[in-house]
Amino acid sequence: MSQTPLGLVRAAPAAPYTFTFDGRILTALPGQTLAAALWAAGIMSWRTTRGGGAPRGVFCGIGVCHDCLATVNGRPNQRACLVAVQPGDVVTVQEGTGHDATR
Amino acid sequence: MSAPSLDAVIVGAGVVGAACAYYATRAGLSVAVVDRGPVAGGTTGAGEGNLLVSDKEPGPELELALLSTRLWRELAAALPPEDAVEYEPKGGLVLAPDETALTALRAFAAGQCAAGVEAREVDEHELAHLEPELTKGLAGGFHYPQDAQVQPARAAAALLRAARSRGALVRLGEEVTAVLTGPHGAVRGVRTPRGELHAPAVVNATGTWGGRLAALAGTRLPVLPRRGFVLVTEPLPPGLIRHKVYAADYIADVASDSAALQSSAVVEGTPAGPVLIGATRERVGFDRTLSTEALRRLAGQATALFPRLADVHAIRTYCGFRPYLPDHLPAIGPDPRVPGLHHACGHEGAGIGLAPATGLLVTAALTGDEPPVGAWPFRPERFDSRGPADDFSDPFDRPDGPPPSPGART
Repeated sequence: MSQTPLGLVRAAPAAPYTFTFDGRILTALPGQTLAAALWAAGIMSWRTTRGGGAPRGVFCGIGVCHDCLATVNGRPNQRACLVAVQPGDVVTVQEGTGHDATR
Repeated sequence: MSAPSLDAVIVGAGVVGAACAYYATRAGLSVAVVDRGPVAGGTTGAGEGNLLVSDKEPGPELELALLSTRLWRELAAALPPEDAVEYEPKGGLVLAPDETALTALRAFAAGQCAAGVEAREVDEHELAHLEPELTKGLAGGFHYPQDAQVQPARAAAALLRAARSRGALVRLGEEVTAVLTGPHGAVRGVRTPRGELHAPAVVNATGTWGGRLAALAGTRLPVLPRRGFVLVTEPLPPGLIRHKVYAADYIADVASDSAALQSSAVVEGTPAGPVLIGATRERVGFDRTLSTEALRRLAGQATALFPRLADVHAIRTYCGFRPYLPDHLPAIGPDPRVPGLHHACGHEGAGIGLAPATGLLVTAALTGDEPPVGAWPFRPERFDSRGPADDFSDPFDRPDGPPPSPGART
């Protein structure tokens, strides 16, 4: 958590908690979005496109573009820039539509 | 600015204007296409790209649709592959939830078959084979192999590009501010903020705004907007939904004159992955306000047909305005009240499907050739016998803004 705006706004968040990303244990602050938590951990990509398999992460960051989709607790197509991390969330890289495995 | 001499100015760069330009240039005519916005910026861009015969009763519109079905198949093969219009001859599946609906659907389909439509009854067992995710317990349905789909914005762009390669002038972001007429009242071109374009013919392909262009030309065409919402899901694996699937009550909605909100979900997959769920119908003028009630109904009906969709996210929605005329038929052909003015608008929710046949009809009128189908039912002056105020009696149905004052004409 080397770069956060917490100091700028004199925030005093409650204690961080953990979640997993493809099995790695990461931490998030209460209310932090998944995209922010992944970025803070240095992770820039968590989806591959359904056509060419190209990596994707945050593009617009405000819930419009649907580029930052991730699979959270087994549910695909969650916008990482909008979803707040919950303690114990299991986040996985989303491949393609995210529904392919459930066909 | 002097432009080369033109045979026709086509106003509107939606799919109908693009199809008019395509067939006119193929016939050797020199045309300009002018639009105040971008390609497919109006109703074309808000459609699903339905090429349907299944929802049409026997009559002139079905005849136009059957011709267009053949033409789209030709176009899909003739347009360059880099202009892929996502033509999918996927077929339609019309569902009857109960025996009463099935009996009505049988009678409807029998009439269609007599008029040249291919339709085949399928029982519950075969329904499950054709659409594995479909809900169980339906009485039956009909399969319409001629129903197809294109991506409408790509289709309009591809037709325009082909027309341009044959010399068509395409001027976007340029609003027609006046229809120019000569001393005897005949059309001689249009004026835009960039100058004048001169031609002995002007084609009104302005869709839902067709009444306005008619007013600019000093005549009247009662085109009114009928709003529709489409719901778009997250991308799903290909093959989940294979046909255009809808319940039989959609047909009644299409033909209805009611102003109230109507919805009957038409569900279909797309090559890109999202499933499209359309469409509502309501007469609220040009109001773009999001209607959660409309979306709730669409979602409810779609999940009733495909229970699997209940777990799927809807990621966005869009709305548009179908251009409808009081008798639900388009206005196609020369306007005897204003020599040189041609209309190609008012296709309601069927404009993508009917565009090629419309382009051929307009081209035949421009060249003086025999039309491919009878154009009489589509004659633009057919509403003249009604009182002048009749069609605009509902204040919510007025075209946006008052008609331009006669002083604006030249």
